[in-house]
Amino acid sequence: MGFLKRARVKSPWILHYCTGGCNGCDIEILACLTPLYDVERFGMLNIGNPKHADILLITGPVNWKNRDVLKRLYDQTPDPKVVVAVGVCAATGGVFHNCVNTLGGVDKVIPVDVYVRGCAARPEAIIDGVVLALQKLEQKNSGGVAYATGTR
Amino acid sequence: MTLTWSLIIVVGALLLAPLVGGVLRGLDRKLTARLQGRMGPPLAQPFYDFGKLVGKSHSVSSRASVAWAWAYFLLTLTAFTLFFLGQDLLVVFFILAFAGGALAFGAFSTRSPYARLGANRELLQMLAYEPILLLAAVAIYFQTGKFTVHSVLEAGEPLLLYLPLVFVAVLVALGIKMRKSPFDIAASEHAHQELVRGVYTEYSGRHLALIEIAHWYELVLLLAFIALFWAQPLWVGVLIALGAFFLEIWIDNIAARLRWSWMVGASWGVGITFIVANLVLLSVLA
Repeated sequence: MGFLKRARVKSPWILHYCTGGCNGCDIEILACLTPLYDVERFGMLNIGNPKHADILLITGPVNWKNRDVLKRLYDQTPDPKVVVAVGVCAATGGVFHNCVNTLGGVDKVIPVDVYVRGCAARPEAIIDGVVLALQKLEQKNSGGVAYATGTR
Repeated sequence: MTLTWSLIIVVGALLLAPLVGGVLRGLDRKLTARLQGRMGPPLAQPFYDFGKLVGKSHSVSSRASVAWAWAYFLLTLTAFTLFFLGQDLLVVFFILAFAGGALAFGAFSTRSPYARLGANRELLQMLAYEPILLLAAVAIYFQTGKFTVHSVLEAGEPLLLYLPLVFVAVLVALGIKMRKSPFDIAASEHAHQELVRGVYTEYSGRHLALIEIAHWYELVLLLAFIALFWAQPLWVGVLIALGAFFLEIWIDNIAARLRWSWMVGASWGVGITFIVANLVLLSVLA
């Protein structure tokens, strides 16, 4: 079991979904893949498929249109998984917090494990957030944290 | 060769192949990263990925696709075993073709449009490389008088001296079978996402791990086939196979993905022409 647990931390595949922000944080997430930051050093892959993902990086405020999409992506990701809300919008709604079309932060729809601050969040902060998320992922493996089920 | 010895070789190959295949995949990712100016993952990364996938929770979109994933794994294993028993190359390639078909059928048995598009493209890839592999076996028959792997190992001189153009054609087939650019149209490996992983879209967790380990067997089998082109002595063939592997990685990094029609045209045009030209030259010169 030791190897499987170690493998979980060494091979986080990331699903990146933007719920409709300004794309600033998305550009910073993609910057993490470039030679300067190169997150593949840690075995991270930016994977386009929720069924292969371990970590969901969500950017932007959730709105009524993509609430169901976000929920579905979360449900399609097999356990154990962690959710990282990247940027102020994903955390609280940010500058969009009182818009009629938005619900606010990502945690209005799905449980969030790590919040990364910043507008836009810097690549260093995003990598820090993912590393923090990996610690939670390891705990989840040992049954330390249980997920809330059903809608919130 | 006695029965005991061939059994030892087969069991050894079956046990070692995942290790060798995994390390080769790790080298692939490391080298690709270096060619792109990045550090890249550790060499053991494919094993971590495998362990991670095994440990993920179970989710199945369609039970038929799981059956096909097992079919893909077991058929690849069968082809692998027959090859290392020194059996008929034609049978090995036909079983390998069925294995590739199983991968496509597995994707077809789900309702995901991405998986179906990937399955269509997987079948197109098979259309492109199958004639090359079969004609290469025919060329080996013309040279050694038999279709078996044994006959190649017992031949007096290396095949490469007589079948250089066939070797080039097989390199094209290797590129398609390794799912490398410019031929990675079915699965779009790594960060390329326009098909959401194509045939693998609906697989997750341990079934994706199963497919991954089958890929490792397949890779070792194909490289072993390439090593056959210089089987006297065999270590030269192994070096040539490794050279071919690194050549594919290099091509992968300098080439863009091309359209499927280009792939079929190029592999049939170059591959079949080269093999036929080789056979004609051989019969004229002999």
